[in-house]
Amino acid sequence: MTSLLSRPAGAALAVAALAGAMLVQSARDRWYPRVESIRTGVLYVRSPAAMQRLAFGFRALAADLYWVRAIQHFGGARLETGPDTAGQRYALLYPLLDLATTLDPWFNIAYRFGAIFLGEPPPGGPGRPDQAIALLRKAVVAMPLKWQYYYDVGFVYYWRLRDYKTASEWFQRAAEQPDAPNWLPSLAASMLTRSDDRATARAMWQRLLQSEQDWIRRTADRSLLQIDALDQIDRLDEAIRRVGPDPDGRFSWAFLASRTRLRQVPIDPAQTPYELDPVTGRVRVASTSPLFPMPDETGGGQ
Amino acid sequence: MHVVRTVAVSVFRESVRDRVPYNLVVFAVLLMGASYVLGQLTAGQDVKIIKDLGLAAISIFGLFIAIFIGIGLVSKEVERRSIYALLAKPLSRTQFIIGKYAGLVLTLSVNITVMTLALYLVLAYLGWDQTPAMKAAEEAPILDPALLKAVILIGVELMVVTAVALFFSTFSTPLLSAALTFGLFVAGRFNADLRNFDAVVDSRLTVWVARAAYHVLPDFAAFDVKTEVVHGLPVPLAYVAATTAYGGLYIAALVAAAAVVFSRRDFK
Repeated sequence: MTSLLSRPAGAALAVAALAGAMLVQSARDRWYPRVESIRTGVLYVRSPAAMQRLAFGFRALAADLYWVRAIQHFGGARLETGPDTAGQRYALLYPLLDLATTLDPWFNIAYRFGAIFLGEPPPGGPGRPDQAIALLRKAVVAMPLKWQYYYDVGFVYYWRLRDYKTASEWFQRAAEQPDAPNWLPSLAASMLTRSDDRATARAMWQRLLQSEQDWIRRTADRSLLQIDALDQIDRLDEAIRRVGPDPDGRFSWAFLASRTRLRQVPIDPAQTPYELDPVTGRVRVASTSPLFPMPDETGGGQ
Repeated sequence: MHVVRTVAVSVFRESVRDRVPYNLVVFAVLLMGASYVLGQLTAGQDVKIIKDLGLAAISIFGLFIAIFIGIGLVSKEVERRSIYALLAKPLSRTQFIIGKYAGLVLTLSVNITVMTLALYLVLAYLGWDQTPAMKAAEEAPILDPALLKAVILIGVELMVVTAVALFFSTFSTPLLSAALTFGLFVAGRFNADLRNFDAVVDSRLTVWVARAAYHVLPDFAAFDVKTEVVHGLPVPLAYVAATTAYGGLYIAALVAAAAVVFSRRDFK
């Protein structure tokens, strides 16, 4: 029996049919838009113990997939606009990181980056230092001799929770681990005595600036700029306090410029103009600035 | 020995004719594609993930080859009636079984070797433009020779799976053999749970049965050191040697059992 189609004709028909299918698919997606599955935030298996069974000897690979999902979830949530009224924008972040680190208990980056992600204040992150600490405590259990995790827990207590005493305890525990750097004991000590000193924070972030990981370096870079901004705000606040409000009782850059050497609206280290509250006279970083939101300044810390 | 080699080579040639090496192309494309995509998705974890993916793919591809070719090693000859012509030759049934097994192990070995080389090539490509600081940040060297420990144990594990498939193939249909082999593979992966059954039940008899099952079922979980080598954790050579010896003895038991079953089969 002879074939109805020659080989070239068959191949051309196959290519044409596939191209047609792609066109129809694109048209259908335009007519009936579908919800992006990546944003629907479905996590079918939430139990790390169950997932350990289901992963079936390929746990490290499953951990990698959950890690990639965690990054996608974090990145996607950061890009979302509009108010997060239900507070659910980052709801899957901790479960995903918990799954990744249970499936692969030695997943160093998932612990360390995960803690950074979880500790970021809204809208840039979920603002859950408690979950960051929980994740890092898992790391301490899995690898009790790695000083970095003790250091990271201390850092969350210091930077996010302003709990200097607990931070100092964790830095001390980090210092007691093998291969711990020799600056840790002095850091633990300074945490107790100079806990509200911006210089300490600057020193800590500068150490993280030496990290091999690009993400950590970028976070450290931004935090250092925030500390610079806090110093600048202090100086501006001082100038405004000295000059006082205009005759109408309002604060403005124009009035401040007329009484000082200020020539233009001051800009923050990320090149965005500062905002001045005309009623209270308080200077703050603009919400459009890459440095926004600034860390909590309670207690004069940073 | 010459007869066994002839059967083994014919099995290898048949697997080439059956386009089994195509999986190597799929493996290479998978790794190369993943190495490109992962760089954008994994926040600097591309080397770790490529190692995880490469080792998992070697294991999964090998598992499919071991099961789906292993189950047909004997049953296909019976179905095609070519078994009569074969057994009429100066070839014992035991030699036939050993030759068939050796042929598939040869196919698997070639596959694993090529896939391992491809994995190292992709890793070398990923490490090409890494700065010394980035290399120092890796938990294990990019071209870590310790990966070979995981590859060796994957190879031995697949040889045990092949022996299981061959054993079932001597007395069962291909479909049933595939189901039984896969079932035994799953049971063997969770084998360690049986050892600690006394923590779950009080009945001494149940504990004894579970402990016996632990020893009789293949202990596949013991062959899995993928995560450890990827993280640069120590996997003692003595462990690799002991697990390989365990696998060798288990294979010997299965091939011997397959030879016994096959020698008693009546093909009239």
